[in-house]
Amino acid sequence: MIEIRDLTKTYHVGDVDVHALRGVNLSVERGEFVAVAGPSGSGKSTLFHILGGLTPPTSGTVHIGNRDLLAMTDAQRTELRKTTVGFVFQKYNLLPTLTAADNIAIARDIAGKKGETDQQFKDALKLLGIEGRLHHKPRALSGGEQQRVAIARAIVNHPAILLADEPTGNLDSENSRLVLGLLRDLNRRIGQTILMITHDQEAATYGDRIVRMRDGRVAD
Amino acid sequence: MVNRLVLENLKHRPVRTLLSAVAIGVGVTLILTLVGVSRGMLGDVATQRRGTGADIIVRPPDSSVLNLSGGITMPEKVVDVVREQPHVALATGSLMQYVGPGPLDTMAGIHLDEFSAMSGGFHYLEGGPFRGPDDVVLDEVEASGDHASVGQWINKGRKWDVTGVVESGKMSRMFTDIRTLQETYGVLGKISVIWVKVDDPANIDSVKDSLERRLPFYKIYSMDEMTSLLSADNIPILKKFTYVVIGIAAVVGFLFVLLSMYTAVLERTREIGILKALGASPGYILDMLLREAILLAIGGTIAGILMSYGTRVLMNTFVPNMTTVIVKTWWPWAALIAITGSLIGALYPGFKAARQDAIEALSYD
Repeated sequence: MIEIRDLTKTYHVGDVDVHALRGVNLSVERGEFVAVAGPSGSGKSTLFHILGGLTPPTSGTVHIGNRDLLAMTDAQRTELRKTTVGFVFQKYNLLPTLTAADNIAIARDIAGKKGETDQQFKDALKLLGIEGRLHHKPRALSGGEQQRVAIARAIVNHPAILLADEPTGNLDSENSRLVLGLLRDLNRRIGQTILMITHDQEAATYGDRIVRMRDGRVAD
Repeated sequence: MVNRLVLENLKHRPVRTLLSAVAIGVGVTLILTLVGVSRGMLGDVATQRRGTGADIIVRPPDSSVLNLSGGITMPEKVVDVVREQPHVALATGSLMQYVGPGPLDTMAGIHLDEFSAMSGGFHYLEGGPFRGPDDVVLDEVEASGDHASVGQWINKGRKWDVTGVVESGKMSRMFTDIRTLQETYGVLGKISVIWVKVDDPANIDSVKDSLERRLPFYKIYSMDEMTSLLSADNIPILKKFTYVVIGIAAVVGFLFVLLSMYTAVLERTREIGILKALGASPGYILDMLLREAILLAIGGTIAGILMSYGTRVLMNTFVPNMTTVIVKTWWPWAALIAITGSLIGALYPGFKAARQDAIEALSYD
Protein backbone atom coordinates (compact mmCIF):
# COMPACT_ATOMS: atom_id res chain seq x y z
CA MET A 1 0.00 0.00 0.00
CA ILE A 2 2.71 2.48 1.09
CA GLU A 3 6.31 1.98 0.06
CA ILE A 4 8.86 4.56 1.19
CA ARG A 5 12.52 4.28 0.22
CA ASP A 6 15.38 6.65 1.15
CA LEU A 7 12.95 9.51 1.64
CA THR A 8 14.50 12.87 2.40
CA LYS A 9 12.98 16.26 2.96
CA THR A 10 15.01 19.42 3.30
CA TYR A 11 13.47 22.77 4.14
CA HIS A 12 15.31 25.93 3.24
CA VAL A 13 14.91 28.44 6.05
CA GLY A 14 16.72 31.57 4.88
CA ASP A 15 20.28 30.40 4.16
CA VAL A 16 19.96 27.38 6.39
CA ASP A 17 18.99 23.90 5.19
CA VAL A 18 16.89 21.99 7.69
CA HIS A 19 16.97 18.22 7.06
CA ALA A 20 13.63 17.10 8.39
CA LEU A 21 13.85 13.58 6.90
CA ARG A 22 17.22 11.94 6.27
CA GLY A 23 16.43 8.70 4.48
CA VAL A 24 13.26 7.10 5.74
CA ASN A 25 12.42 3.54 4.72
CA LEU A 26 8.99 2.20 5.57
CA SER A 27 6.41 -0.22 4.19
CA VAL A 28 2.77 -0.31 5.21
CA GLU A 29 0.47 -3.09 4.06
CA ARG A 30 -3.15 -2.58 3.07
CA GLY A 31 -5.39 -2.83 6.16
CA GLU A 32 -2.55 -2.19 8.61
CA PHE A 33 -2.82 0.18 11.58
CA VAL A 34 0.65 1.62 12.06
CA ALA A 35 1.59 3.95 14.89
CA VAL A 36 4.51 6.26 14.17
CA ALA A 37 6.00 7.39 17.43
CA GLY A 38 8.88 9.65 18.25
CA PRO A 39 9.87 12.83 20.00
CA SER A 40 9.22 16.33 18.69
CA GLY A 41 11.49 17.14 15.74
CA SER A 42 11.94 13.52 14.78
CA GLY A 43 10.26 14.08 11.41
CA LYS A 44 6.86 12.47 12.12
CA SER A 45 4.82 15.45 10.96
CA THR A 46 6.95 15.93 7.85
CA LEU A 47 6.38 12.29 6.95
CA PHE A 48 2.65 12.84 7.54
CA HIS A 49 2.64 15.92 5.28
CA ILE A 50 4.49 14.12 2.48
CA LEU A 51 2.24 11.05 2.63
CA GLY A 52 -0.79 13.35 2.60
CA GLY A 53 0.47 15.18 -0.47
CA LEU A 54 0.63 18.46 1.42
CA THR A 55 4.31 18.94 0.56
CA PRO A 56 6.57 17.22 -2.00
CA PRO A 57 9.51 15.09 -0.94
CA THR A 58 13.08 16.22 -1.73
CA SER A 59 14.39 12.84 -2.83
CA GLY A 60 13.75 9.13 -2.51
CA THR A 61 10.64 7.26 -3.53
CA VAL A 62 7.20 7.28 -1.97
CA HIS A 63 4.65 5.00 -3.57
CA ILE A 64 1.02 4.95 -2.53
CA GLY A 65 -0.48 2.12 -4.47
CA ASN A 66 1.18 2.48 -7.84
CA ARG A 67 1.63 6.23 -7.67
CA ASP A 68 4.96 7.89 -7.05
CA LEU A 69 4.58 11.04 -4.98
CA LEU A 70 7.98 12.40 -6.02
CA ALA A 71 6.84 12.77 -9.61
CA MET A 72 3.50 14.33 -8.77
CA THR A 73 2.53 17.87 -9.71
CA ASP A 74 0.64 20.14 -7.32
CA ALA A 75 -2.59 19.28 -9.08
CA GLN A 76 -1.89 15.55 -8.79
CA ARG A 77 -1.16 15.91 -5.08
CA THR A 78 -4.45 17.81 -4.70
CA GLU A 79 -6.15 14.89 -6.44
CA LEU A 80 -4.38 12.49 -4.07
CA ARG A 81 -5.78 14.35 -1.04
CA LYS A 82 -9.21 14.30 -2.61
CA THR A 83 -9.33 10.60 -3.42
CA THR A 84 -6.69 8.59 -1.62
CA VAL A 85 -5.90 10.16 1.73
CA GLY A 86 -8.05 11.18 4.67
CA PHE A 87 -6.72 13.41 7.42
CA VAL A 88 -7.44 13.50 11.13
CA PHE A 89 -5.70 16.36 12.93
CA GLN A 90 -4.86 17.01 16.55
CA LYS A 91 -6.94 20.22 16.51
CA TYR A 92 -9.91 18.52 14.76
CA ASN A 93 -9.90 21.25 12.06
CA LEU A 94 -13.63 21.32 11.46
CA LEU A 95 -15.04 24.29 9.58
CA PRO A 96 -16.62 26.36 12.36
CA THR A 97 -19.42 27.84 10.25
CA LEU A 98 -20.79 24.46 9.15
CA THR A 99 -22.69 21.79 11.06
CA ALA A 100 -21.09 18.42 11.67
CA ALA A 101 -23.16 16.98 8.80
CA ASP A 102 -22.03 19.75 6.45
CA ASN A 103 -18.42 19.31 7.52
CA ILE A 104 -18.70 15.74 6.30
CA ALA A 105 -20.68 16.75 3.21
CA ILE A 106 -18.09 19.33 2.12
CA ALA A 107 -15.48 16.57 1.85
CA ARG A 108 -17.84 14.69 -0.48
CA ASP A 109 -18.52 17.89 -2.44
CA ILE A 110 -14.80 18.53 -2.92
CA ALA A 111 -14.42 14.94 -4.12
CA GLY A 112 -17.26 15.57 -6.58
CA LYS A 113 -19.57 13.00 -4.99
CA LYS A 114 -23.29 13.66 -5.03
CA GLY A 115 -26.27 11.96 -3.43
CA GLU A 116 -26.56 9.88 -0.28
CA THR A 117 -23.62 8.30 1.48
CA ASP A 118 -23.31 4.52 1.20
CA GLN A 119 -24.23 1.93 3.79
CA GLN A 120 -20.63 1.35 4.80
CA PHE A 121 -20.32 5.01 5.81
CA LYS A 122 -23.64 4.90 7.64
CA ASP A 123 -22.35 1.91 9.60
CA ALA A 124 -19.19 3.84 10.35
CA LEU A 125 -21.29 6.77 11.62
CA LYS A 126 -23.08 4.38 13.97
CA LEU A 127 -19.75 3.10 15.13
CA LEU A 128 -18.55 6.66 15.75
CA GLY A 129 -21.72 7.39 17.74
CA ILE A 130 -22.33 10.88 16.37
CA GLU A 131 -25.58 10.31 14.48
CA GLY A 132 -27.51 12.44 16.96
CA ARG A 133 -24.99 15.27 16.89
CA LEU A 134 -24.74 15.85 13.15
CA HIS A 135 -26.83 19.00 13.09
CA HIS A 136 -24.71 20.81 15.63
CA LYS A 137 -21.93 23.21 14.80
CA PRO A 138 -18.45 22.39 16.14
CA ARG A 139 -18.71 24.92 18.99
CA ALA A 140 -21.65 22.95 20.37
CA LEU A 141 -19.69 19.67 20.35
CA SER A 142 -17.23 18.34 22.90
CA GLY A 143 -13.62 17.73 21.86
CA GLY A 144 -14.25 14.00 21.60
CA GLU A 145 -17.33 14.56 19.44
CA GLN A 146 -15.46 16.99 17.18
CA GLN A 147 -12.69 14.45 16.69
CA ARG A 148 -15.23 11.75 15.84
CA VAL A 149 -16.80 14.09 13.27
CA ALA A 150 -13.31 14.71 11.88
CA ILE A 151 -12.79 10.95 11.58
CA ALA A 152 -16.14 10.60 9.80
CA ARG A 153 -15.13 13.39 7.40
CA ALA A 154 -11.78 11.71 6.79
CA ILE A 155 -13.32 8.37 5.81
CA VAL A 156 -16.45 9.55 3.97
CA ASN A 157 -14.75 9.25 0.57
CA HIS A 158 -13.30 5.83 1.45
CA PRO A 159 -9.65 6.87 1.25
CA ALA A 160 -7.01 4.21 0.84
CA ILE A 161 -5.14 5.63 3.82
CA LEU A 162 -6.27 7.44 6.93
CA LEU A 163 -3.55 9.69 8.27
CA ALA A 164 -4.04 10.69 11.89
CA ASP A 165 -1.70 13.29 13.37
CA GLU A 166 -1.79 13.17 17.17
CA PRO A 167 -5.54 12.50 17.09
CA THR A 168 -5.76 12.39 20.88
CA GLY A 169 -3.42 15.31 21.56
CA ASN A 170 -6.24 17.64 22.61
CA LEU A 171 -8.42 15.07 24.37
CA ASP A 172 -8.72 13.90 27.95
CA SER A 173 -7.84 10.30 28.71
CA GLU A 174 -11.42 9.02 28.49
CA ASN A 175 -12.05 10.60 25.08
CA SER A 176 -8.57 9.56 23.96
CA ARG A 177 -9.35 5.93 24.66
CA LEU A 178 -12.69 6.30 22.90
CA VAL A 179 -11.15 7.81 19.75
CA LEU A 180 -8.28 5.33 19.66
CA GLY A 181 -10.76 2.50 20.12
CA LEU A 182 -12.80 3.84 17.23
CA LEU A 183 -9.76 4.04 14.98
CA ARG A 184 -8.93 0.45 15.86
CA ASP A 185 -12.54 -0.60 15.20
CA LEU A 186 -12.51 1.14 11.82
CA ASN A 187 -9.31 -0.69 11.00
CA ARG A 188 -10.65 -4.06 12.13
CA ARG A 189 -14.21 -3.78 10.82
CA ILE A 190 -13.80 -2.07 7.47
CA GLY A 191 -10.11 -2.73 6.91
CA GLN A 192 -9.18 0.94 6.88
CA THR A 193 -5.41 1.43 6.51
CA ILE A 194 -4.33 3.84 9.22
CA LEU A 195 -1.07 5.62 9.85
CA MET A 196 -1.20 7.37 13.20
CA ILE A 197 1.43 9.76 14.44
CA THR A 198 1.72 10.04 18.19
CA HIS A 199 4.20 10.74 20.89
CA ASP A 200 1.95 9.05 23.42
CA GLN A 201 3.27 5.56 24.19
CA GLU A 202 -0.13 4.29 25.30
CA ALA A 203 -1.78 5.57 22.13
CA ALA A 204 0.88 3.90 20.04
CA THR A 205 -0.05 0.51 21.47
CA TYR A 206 -3.39 0.67 19.64
CA GLY A 207 -1.53 0.13 16.36
CA ASP A 208 -0.71 -3.26 14.87
CA ARG A 209 2.89 -2.17 15.07
CA ILE A 210 4.87 0.83 16.21
CA VAL A 211 7.40 2.56 14.01
CA ARG A 212 9.76 4.76 16.00
CA MET A 213 11.40 7.79 14.45
CA ARG A 214 14.40 9.75 15.60
CA ASP A 215 16.37 12.53 13.89
CA GLY A 216 14.57 12.17 10.59
CA ARG A 217 14.99 8.40 10.31
CA VAL A 218 13.10 5.28 11.31
CA ALA A 219 14.89 4.18 14.46
CA ASP A 220 13.99 0.49 14.45
CA MET B 1 -22.65 22.52 -0.71
CA VAL B 2 -20.20 25.27 -1.53
CA ASN B 3 -23.11 27.71 -1.64
CA ARG B 4 -24.04 26.73 1.91
CA LEU B 5 -20.46 27.30 3.01
CA VAL B 6 -20.49 30.72 1.32
CA LEU B 7 -23.79 31.63 2.99
CA GLU B 8 -22.63 30.44 6.38
CA ASN B 9 -19.40 32.40 6.00
CA LEU B 10 -21.40 35.54 5.25
CA LYS B 11 -23.72 34.88 8.19
CA HIS B 12 -20.75 34.23 10.45
CA ARG B 13 -19.68 37.90 10.24
CA PRO B 14 -23.03 39.70 9.89
CA VAL B 15 -21.73 43.21 10.58
CA ARG B 16 -18.95 42.93 8.03
CA THR B 17 -21.36 41.42 5.51
CA LEU B 18 -23.89 44.18 6.14
CA LEU B 19 -21.30 46.95 5.89
CA SER B 20 -19.88 45.53 2.66
CA ALA B 21 -23.35 45.22 1.14
CA VAL B 22 -24.28 48.76 2.21
CA ALA B 23 -21.01 50.12 0.80
CA ILE B 24 -21.72 48.43 -2.53
CA GLY B 25 -25.28 49.69 -2.19
CA VAL B 26 -24.08 53.29 -1.84
CA GLY B 27 -22.41 52.99 -5.22
CA VAL B 28 -25.55 51.48 -6.71
CA THR B 29 -27.66 54.27 -5.18
CA LEU B 30 -25.27 56.83 -6.60
CA ILE B 31 -25.77 55.43 -10.09
CA LEU B 32 -29.53 54.99 -9.80
CA THR B 33 -30.02 58.45 -8.30
CA LEU B 34 -27.96 60.14 -10.99
CA VAL B 35 -29.84 58.28 -13.69
CA GLY B 36 -33.12 59.01 -11.89
CA VAL B 37 -32.35 62.72 -11.63
CA SER B 38 -31.22 63.04 -15.24
CA ARG B 39 -34.20 61.07 -16.54
CA GLY B 40 -36.57 62.93 -14.23
CA MET B 41 -35.30 66.35 -15.19
CA LEU B 42 -35.15 65.60 -18.89
CA GLY B 43 -38.61 64.10 -18.64
CA ASP B 44 -39.78 67.26 -16.95
CA VAL B 45 -38.28 69.42 -19.68
CA ALA B 46 -39.93 67.28 -22.34
CA THR B 47 -43.27 67.46 -20.55
CA GLN B 48 -42.98 71.23 -20.17
CA ARG B 49 -42.15 71.70 -23.85
CA ARG B 50 -44.95 69.43 -24.99
CA GLY B 51 -47.22 71.29 -22.57
CA THR B 52 -46.85 74.45 -24.65
CA GLY B 53 -48.93 72.82 -27.37
CA ALA B 54 -46.30 73.77 -29.97
CA ASP B 55 -45.46 71.48 -32.90
CA ILE B 56 -42.21 73.18 -33.88
CA ILE B 57 -39.58 75.06 -31.94
CA VAL B 58 -37.27 77.70 -33.40
CA ARG B 59 -34.06 78.50 -31.57
CA PRO B 60 -31.29 80.99 -32.34
CA PRO B 61 -28.16 79.87 -34.18
CA ASP B 62 -25.54 78.24 -31.93
CA SER B 63 -28.10 77.53 -29.21
CA SER B 64 -28.40 74.24 -27.33
CA VAL B 65 -31.27 71.82 -27.43
CA LEU B 66 -31.42 71.46 -23.65
CA ASN B 67 -30.89 74.90 -22.23
CA LEU B 68 -33.40 77.47 -23.45
CA SER B 69 -32.00 80.10 -21.08
CA GLY B 70 -28.42 79.96 -22.22
CA GLY B 71 -28.21 83.69 -22.95
CA ILE B 72 -28.35 83.23 -26.71
CA THR B 73 -31.25 85.24 -28.08
CA MET B 74 -32.76 86.27 -31.39
CA PRO B 75 -34.71 89.35 -32.51
CA GLU B 76 -38.40 89.28 -31.65
CA LYS B 77 -39.23 90.21 -35.24
CA VAL B 78 -38.27 86.69 -36.32
CA VAL B 79 -41.68 85.68 -34.96
CA ASP B 80 -43.28 87.67 -37.80
CA VAL B 81 -41.19 85.78 -40.36
CA VAL B 82 -42.42 82.54 -38.85
CA ARG B 83 -46.04 83.65 -38.90
CA GLU B 84 -45.76 84.38 -42.63
CA GLN B 85 -45.11 80.73 -43.47
CA PRO B 86 -47.99 78.73 -44.87
CA HIS B 87 -49.83 76.39 -42.45
CA VAL B 88 -48.54 78.22 -39.37
CA ALA B 89 -51.57 78.58 -37.14
CA LEU B 90 -49.90 80.26 -34.18
CA ALA B 91 -46.42 81.48 -33.30
CA THR B 92 -45.29 83.09 -30.08
CA GLY B 93 -41.91 84.10 -28.80
CA SER B 94 -40.74 83.75 -25.24
CA LEU B 95 -37.69 84.81 -23.32
CA MET B 96 -36.25 82.13 -21.07
CA GLN B 97 -34.10 83.93 -18.56
CA TYR B 98 -31.98 82.53 -15.78
CA VAL B 99 -32.90 84.61 -12.72
CA GLY B 100 -31.28 82.72 -9.85
CA PRO B 101 -30.49 82.36 -7.09
CA GLY B 102 -30.82 78.56 -7.50
CA PRO B 103 -29.07 76.80 -10.37
CA LEU B 104 -32.39 75.86 -11.98
CA ASP B 105 -34.22 79.15 -11.46
CA THR B 106 -35.28 80.04 -14.98
CA MET B 107 -38.22 82.33 -15.62
CA ALA B 108 -40.27 82.43 -18.79
CA GLY B 109 -41.31 85.80 -20.18
CA ILE B 110 -44.42 85.13 -22.25
CA HIS B 111 -47.21 86.81 -24.17
CA LEU B 112 -49.93 85.43 -21.95
CA ASP B 113 -52.73 85.66 -24.51
CA GLU B 114 -50.70 83.95 -27.26
CA PHE B 115 -49.37 81.31 -24.85
CA SER B 116 -52.90 80.58 -23.63
CA ALA B 117 -54.17 80.24 -27.19
CA MET B 118 -51.44 77.77 -28.03
CA SER B 119 -51.33 75.71 -24.84
CA GLY B 120 -54.92 75.91 -23.72
CA GLY B 121 -54.00 78.21 -20.87
CA PHE B 122 -52.89 77.71 -17.32
CA HIS B 123 -54.90 75.74 -14.82
CA TYR B 124 -54.78 77.96 -11.78
CA LEU B 125 -54.61 76.15 -8.45
CA GLU B 126 -54.52 79.44 -6.59
CA GLY B 127 -54.82 83.13 -7.57
CA GLY B 128 -54.74 84.36 -11.16
CA PRO B 129 -52.54 85.70 -13.97
CA PHE B 130 -49.78 88.30 -13.69
CA ARG B 131 -50.84 91.88 -14.48
CA GLY B 132 -48.27 94.34 -13.15
CA PRO B 133 -44.48 94.68 -13.65
CA ASP B 134 -43.70 92.86 -10.37
CA ASP B 135 -46.08 89.96 -10.87
CA VAL B 136 -45.06 86.38 -11.31
CA VAL B 137 -46.94 83.10 -11.65
CA LEU B 138 -45.37 79.92 -10.25
CA ASP B 139 -46.09 76.32 -10.99
CA GLU B 140 -46.99 74.07 -8.07
CA VAL B 141 -43.51 72.52 -7.82
CA GLU B 142 -41.80 75.89 -7.65
CA ALA B 143 -44.36 77.24 -5.18
CA SER B 144 -43.87 74.19 -2.98
CA GLY B 145 -40.07 74.42 -3.18
CA ASP B 146 -40.11 78.14 -2.39
CA HIS B 147 -42.86 77.73 0.24
CA ALA B 148 -44.60 80.53 -1.63
CA SER B 149 -48.28 81.25 -2.06
CA VAL B 150 -50.36 83.94 -3.68
CA GLY B 151 -49.77 87.41 -2.23
CA GLN B 152 -46.26 86.58 -1.03
CA TRP B 153 -43.09 88.16 -2.39
CA ILE B 154 -40.25 85.94 -3.54
CA ASN B 155 -36.68 86.79 -4.43
CA LYS B 156 -35.67 85.52 -7.84
CA GLY B 157 -33.01 87.95 -8.99
CA ARG B 158 -35.30 90.66 -7.69
CA LYS B 159 -38.51 90.84 -5.68
CA TRP B 160 -41.56 89.33 -7.38
CA ASP B 161 -45.15 89.30 -6.22
CA VAL B 162 -46.77 85.89 -6.60
CA THR B 163 -50.18 86.33 -8.19
CA GLY B 164 -50.96 82.75 -9.10
CA VAL B 165 -49.99 79.12 -8.69
CA VAL B 166 -50.63 76.86 -11.68
CA GLU B 167 -50.46 73.19 -12.48
CA SER B 168 -46.97 72.24 -13.62
CA GLY B 169 -46.06 70.89 -17.06
CA LYS B 170 -46.16 73.94 -19.32
CA MET B 171 -42.92 75.46 -20.60
CA SER B 172 -41.36 76.57 -17.30
CA ARG B 173 -41.85 76.81 -13.54
CA MET B 174 -42.01 80.63 -13.30
CA PHE B 175 -43.83 83.00 -15.65
CA THR B 176 -44.08 86.74 -16.08
CA ASP B 177 -44.93 89.14 -18.85
CA ILE B 178 -42.29 89.11 -21.61
CA ARG B 179 -41.84 92.91 -21.57
CA THR B 180 -41.24 92.90 -17.81
CA LEU B 181 -38.54 90.24 -18.13
CA GLN B 182 -36.92 91.91 -21.17
CA GLU B 183 -36.76 95.25 -19.34
CA THR B 184 -35.48 93.68 -16.13
CA TYR B 185 -32.60 92.03 -17.94
CA GLY B 186 -31.99 94.73 -20.57
CA VAL B 187 -32.84 92.60 -23.58
CA LEU B 188 -35.75 94.51 -25.06
CA GLY B 189 -36.85 93.07 -28.39
CA LYS B 190 -35.01 89.79 -27.76
CA ILE B 191 -36.42 86.31 -27.32
CA SER B 192 -34.93 82.86 -26.73
CA VAL B 193 -37.39 80.60 -28.44
CA ILE B 194 -40.31 80.68 -30.85
CA TRP B 195 -43.11 78.17 -30.31
CA VAL B 196 -44.95 77.29 -33.48
CA LYS B 197 -48.32 75.54 -33.90
CA VAL B 198 -49.28 74.34 -37.36
CA ASP B 199 -52.80 74.07 -38.71
CA ASP B 200 -52.59 70.31 -39.19
CA PRO B 201 -50.08 67.82 -37.71
CA ALA B 202 -49.65 66.45 -41.24
CA ASN B 203 -48.01 69.75 -42.19
CA ILE B 204 -45.34 69.76 -39.48
CA ASP B 205 -42.59 68.52 -41.80
CA SER B 206 -43.43 70.93 -44.61
CA VAL B 207 -43.57 73.91 -42.23
CA LYS B 208 -40.27 72.84 -40.71
CA ASP B 209 -38.75 72.60 -44.21
CA SER B 210 -39.96 76.03 -45.18
CA LEU B 211 -38.69 77.52 -41.91
CA GLU B 212 -35.29 75.94 -42.48
CA ARG B 213 -35.14 77.52 -45.92
CA ARG B 214 -36.32 80.88 -44.67
CA LEU B 215 -34.21 80.91 -41.51
CA PRO B 216 -30.90 79.25 -42.37
CA PHE B 217 -28.55 78.77 -39.38
CA TYR B 218 -31.47 78.82 -36.94
CA LYS B 219 -32.11 75.62 -34.98
CA ILE B 220 -35.50 74.28 -35.92
CA TYR B 221 -36.91 71.15 -34.35
CA SER B 222 -40.22 69.40 -34.51
CA MET B 223 -41.50 68.66 -31.01
CA ASP B 224 -40.89 64.93 -31.55
CA GLU B 225 -37.29 65.59 -32.59
CA MET B 226 -36.79 67.91 -29.66
CA THR B 227 -38.09 65.49 -27.04
CA SER B 228 -36.20 62.55 -28.55
CA LEU B 229 -33.01 64.61 -28.27
CA LEU B 230 -33.68 65.11 -24.59
CA SER B 231 -31.88 62.01 -23.41
CA ALA B 232 -28.70 61.65 -21.44
CA ASP B 233 -27.07 60.06 -24.48
CA ASN B 234 -27.52 63.26 -26.47
CA ILE B 235 -26.09 65.49 -23.77
CA PRO B 236 -22.34 64.87 -23.78
CA ILE B 237 -21.62 66.45 -20.41
CA LEU B 238 -24.34 64.39 -18.73
CA LYS B 239 -23.11 61.26 -20.45
CA LYS B 240 -19.55 61.88 -19.22
CA PHE B 241 -20.80 62.70 -15.74
CA THR B 242 -22.79 59.45 -15.69
CA TYR B 243 -19.67 57.50 -16.69
CA VAL B 244 -17.67 59.19 -13.95
CA VAL B 245 -20.30 58.30 -11.34
CA ILE B 246 -20.47 54.72 -12.65
CA GLY B 247 -16.69 54.55 -12.37
CA ILE B 248 -16.77 55.87 -8.81
CA ALA B 249 -19.51 53.40 -7.87
CA ALA B 250 -17.57 50.50 -9.36
CA VAL B 251 -14.39 51.57 -7.57
CA VAL B 252 -16.23 51.93 -4.25
CA GLY B 253 -17.66 48.42 -4.66
CA PHE B 254 -14.27 47.08 -5.73
CA LEU B 255 -12.44 48.62 -2.77
CA PHE B 256 -14.95 47.49 -0.17
CA VAL B 257 -15.09 43.95 -1.51
CA LEU B 258 -11.29 43.89 -1.77
CA LEU B 259 -11.00 44.97 1.86
CA SER B 260 -13.78 42.69 3.05
CA MET B 261 -12.54 39.62 1.19
CA TYR B 262 -8.92 40.30 2.07
CA THR B 263 -9.87 40.41 5.76
CA ALA B 264 -12.01 37.32 5.32
CA VAL B 265 -9.16 35.41 3.66
CA LEU B 266 -6.76 36.36 6.47
CA GLU B 267 -9.32 35.42 9.07
CA ARG B 268 -10.12 32.14 7.36
CA THR B 269 -6.55 31.10 6.64
CA ARG B 270 -6.96 27.96 8.71
CA GLU B 271 -10.29 27.08 7.11
CA ILE B 272 -8.72 27.47 3.68
CA GLY B 273 -5.93 25.13 4.83
CA ILE B 274 -8.58 22.60 5.94
CA LEU B 275 -10.29 22.77 2.56
CA LYS B 276 -6.95 22.26 0.83
CA ALA B 277 -6.18 19.29 3.06
CA LEU B 278 -9.54 17.85 2.03
CA GLY B 279 -8.43 18.11 -1.59
CA ALA B 280 -9.94 21.45 -2.60
CA SER B 281 -8.16 22.76 -5.68
CA PRO B 282 -7.12 26.42 -6.06
CA GLY B 283 -10.07 26.75 -8.45
CA TYR B 284 -12.47 25.49 -5.77
CA ILE B 285 -11.17 28.07 -3.26
CA LEU B 286 -11.29 30.89 -5.82
CA ASP B 287 -14.78 29.85 -6.91
CA MET B 288 -15.95 29.92 -3.29
CA LEU B 289 -14.63 33.45 -2.71
CA LEU B 290 -15.99 34.75 -6.02
CA ARG B 291 -19.43 33.36 -5.14
CA GLU B 292 -19.18 35.21 -1.85
CA ALA B 293 -18.34 38.42 -3.71
CA ILE B 294 -21.28 37.90 -6.08
CA LEU B 295 -23.63 37.39 -3.14
CA LEU B 296 -22.30 40.56 -1.52
CA ALA B 297 -22.84 42.42 -4.78
CA ILE B 298 -26.39 41.09 -5.12
CA GLY B 299 -27.10 42.10 -1.53
CA GLY B 300 -25.50 45.47 -2.23
CA THR B 301 -27.60 45.93 -5.35
CA ILE B 302 -30.80 45.20 -3.44
CA ALA B 303 -29.69 47.60 -0.69
CA GLY B 304 -28.80 50.19 -3.32
CA ILE B 305 -32.18 49.89 -5.05
CA LEU B 306 -33.99 50.28 -1.72
CA MET B 307 -31.80 53.25 -0.81
CA SER B 308 -32.51 54.85 -4.20
CA TYR B 309 -36.20 55.03 -3.18
CA GLY B 310 -35.02 56.82 -0.07
CA THR B 311 -32.88 59.28 -2.03
CA ARG B 312 -35.83 59.95 -4.35
CA VAL B 313 -37.96 60.92 -1.36
CA LEU B 314 -35.14 63.12 -0.04
CA MET B 315 -34.53 64.75 -3.44
CA ASN B 316 -38.18 65.39 -4.10
CA THR B 317 -38.58 66.82 -0.60
CA PHE B 318 -35.52 69.03 -0.39
CA VAL B 319 -34.90 69.77 -4.09
CA PRO B 320 -38.35 69.56 -5.67
CA ASN B 321 -37.10 71.33 -8.81
CA MET B 322 -34.89 68.33 -9.56
CA THR B 323 -37.50 65.73 -10.31
CA THR B 324 -36.07 62.30 -9.50
CA VAL B 325 -37.61 59.14 -10.90
CA ILE B 326 -36.97 55.44 -10.37
CA VAL B 327 -35.50 54.02 -13.56
CA LYS B 328 -36.09 50.27 -13.23
CA THR B 329 -34.44 49.54 -16.57
CA TRP B 330 -31.16 50.58 -14.96
CA TRP B 331 -31.41 48.04 -12.13
CA PRO B 332 -29.77 45.24 -14.14
CA TRP B 333 -27.02 47.63 -15.25
CA ALA B 334 -26.41 48.75 -11.68
CA ALA B 335 -26.29 45.08 -10.62
CA LEU B 336 -23.84 44.30 -13.41
CA ILE B 337 -21.59 47.20 -12.41
CA ALA B 338 -21.74 46.16 -8.73
CA ILE B 339 -21.01 42.50 -9.56
CA THR B 340 -18.14 43.41 -11.88
CA GLY B 341 -16.58 45.74 -9.31
CA SER B 342 -17.02 43.11 -6.59
CA LEU B 343 -15.60 40.29 -8.68
CA ILE B 344 -12.52 42.34 -9.52
CA GLY B 345 -12.23 43.25 -5.84
CA ALA B 346 -12.39 39.56 -4.87
CA LEU B 347 -9.77 38.44 -7.38
CA TYR B 348 -6.65 39.42 -5.45
CA PRO B 349 -7.79 37.94 -2.11
CA GLY B 350 -9.13 34.95 -4.05
CA PHE B 351 -5.80 34.24 -5.76
CA LYS B 352 -3.98 34.83 -2.48
CA ALA B 353 -6.21 32.23 -0.80
CA ALA B 354 -5.93 29.80 -3.70
CA ARG B 355 -2.13 29.98 -3.59
CA GLN B 356 -1.90 29.57 0.16
CA ASP B 357 0.37 26.80 1.39
CA ALA B 358 -1.79 24.17 3.07
CA ILE B 359 0.68 23.33 5.82
CA GLU B 360 1.24 27.00 6.75
CA ALA B 361 -2.48 27.64 6.60
CA LEU B 362 -3.23 24.67 8.88
CA SER B 363 -0.74 25.90 11.47
CA TYR B 364 -2.28 29.41 11.45
CA ASP B 365 -3.95 30.44 14.70
